[in-house]
Amino acid sequence: MICGKVWKFADDIDTDAIIPGRYLDDYSPLSLAKHVMEGVDPTFASKVSKGDIIVAGRHFGIGSSREQAATALLAAGVEVILAESFARIFYRNAVNQGMLPLICKCGAEAFETGEQIVIDAEKCIARSAVNPKKIIDLERMSPYISKIHSSGGLVKLMRSELLTTSGDGKDK
Amino acid sequence: MLRATVCEKILARAAGLGSVMPGDVVEATPDVALSHENTFLIHRAFREMGGSRIVNPSSVVIVLDHRAPANTVNSANTQKAVRAIASDLGITRFFDVGAGICHQLLMEQGIAKAGMLVTGSDSHTTTCGAVGAMGIGLGASDMAAIWAKGSIWLKVPESVKVEISGNAPEGVYSKDISLEMVSRLGAMGADYCCLEFHGDYISDSTVSERMTLCNMAAEAGAKSAIVPQSLLPDSLATYSRTIKIDSSKIGPLVSTPHSVDKAAPVSEVEGTKVDQAFIGSCTNGRLDDIELASILLTGRKVHSGTRLIISPASAEIYAMALDKGIIGTLVSAGAVITSPGCGPCLGAHQGVLADGEVCISSSNRNFRGRMGSREASIYLASPATVAASAIEGKIADPRRYIR
Repeated sequence: MICGKVWKFADDIDTDAIIPGRYLDDYSPLSLAKHVMEGVDPTFASKVSKGDIIVAGRHFGIGSSREQAATALLAAGVEVILAESFARIFYRNAVNQGMLPLICKCGAEAFETGEQIVIDAEKCIARSAVNPKKIIDLERMSPYISKIHSSGGLVKLMRSELLTTSGDGKDK
Repeated sequence: MLRATVCEKILARAAGLGSVMPGDVVEATPDVALSHENTFLIHRAFREMGGSRIVNPSSVVIVLDHRAPANTVNSANTQKAVRAIASDLGITRFFDVGAGICHQLLMEQGIAKAGMLVTGSDSHTTTCGAVGAMGIGLGASDMAAIWAKGSIWLKVPESVKVEISGNAPEGVYSKDISLEMVSRLGAMGADYCCLEFHGDYISDSTVSERMTLCNMAAEAGAKSAIVPQSLLPDSLATYSRTIKIDSSKIGPLVSTPHSVDKAAPVSEVEGTKVDQAFIGSCTNGRLDDIELASILLTGRKVHSGTRLIISPASAEIYAMALDKGIIGTLVSAGAVITSPGCGPCLGAHQGVLADGEVCISSSNRNFRGRMGSREASIYLASPATVAASAIEGKIADPRRYIR
């Protein structure tokens, strides 16, 4: 079970809005976090706290392949994003970073900024913490995506895979 | 495999399988692994994964193009680190600042070829579909995994057939057709799909024109885009849908702020005052684009109060444009020529927009804040429309200047 406070965003939140290109010369996650969502809400970085959940409409993360969009959100404390749909590359990047991008085809618009919600990733549902009747269905993650997520991201998964392969005695 | 589209054939080969179907998840070995300044991030993830040597170093291509030359100490330090990474890991295909935009170099250097699987840590990797390769954009961690194990998991996309017919009228270019295509599909209308281009307009088009179309496919969310050549689809290939565009019925189009799929006929936005006009990027920074601008600007001047910035997509294009006298014409007309590279497109350097400014650009994205201030507005158009707008200081119909 994951519980967190909602920040609600509209459709088509692009990667330039999540982290503008001019900040990409600094690869420190904390520096990126200072500007997260600046393109859509310049005050967001100062308001968001660890464990908060983004609820968005269609096409979240549309645009560039910059993995820093996911990095910035994660460094700002956002680990879970609920959206009607995600842009392909952003979705992969988020999963690879160990985040939980959850697809809900309808109903998420019922959640409002500031509302506490509870997510049961096993049962694929999200509901309001105060109104148990306000409940929406989430799409189940594919097994491959689940494997990356449960490993804590692609770096950790690859690390264990590479350790297993090199354990065959190649390097003593 | 009698029903395979081109991307299905490419992915089957790259995954060592007899055939694949849309929706299959395959482990594919890319022929090319392209990256730019974000090589720094890729390398960091690669090290964290425990990687020490790149499994297939000959597939790796690194190009410093996004902030070229470096505009901040951070950028300079990143580029310095990337040079060291390329040298330490034995990457021979390394292109330093000034060589050009990564997608352009894949073509000019003959790296991308028909039938290849090209992965790149840049969303416009789709551009190489112009020569029949399947280009797929990925993030830094995925690219690090390719470095570390030589392969990557990919879902086989559905193919969408895009049939483009007819002769484009005077003043209408592949950029206008691309904007029509993205508007028809919608910003994510081709999400997870591969566009496959067909039709007599395509058969008669140049590689540069095809690059524009394949590049802009990314703006419809396409995973990839291919102009079939050498490797052709089967006659019974299955497409999830077909869209048909008659190029003879299209006029000059302009995408209006702040989304690419909001294209309008130039007449609807004509007269909008323009502070900056930009010709360049992986979409439209090639010799034909720059030459077109010089034709419009011959004997004319860039309007006072408007800046025209031109970024050749590569050093080779820059040199050819110099040879042909194009650069001289443009400079005499008042244009600013920058070093080859991504230029103002990504809002990191060279021509950043101020609060409230309006830019008309031949690039690919007009998202709020893309080219600088989030209070600025970006219109996207063909190089001809951008050049005409630079002359008038406001958005203008290029057909007035084309005889």
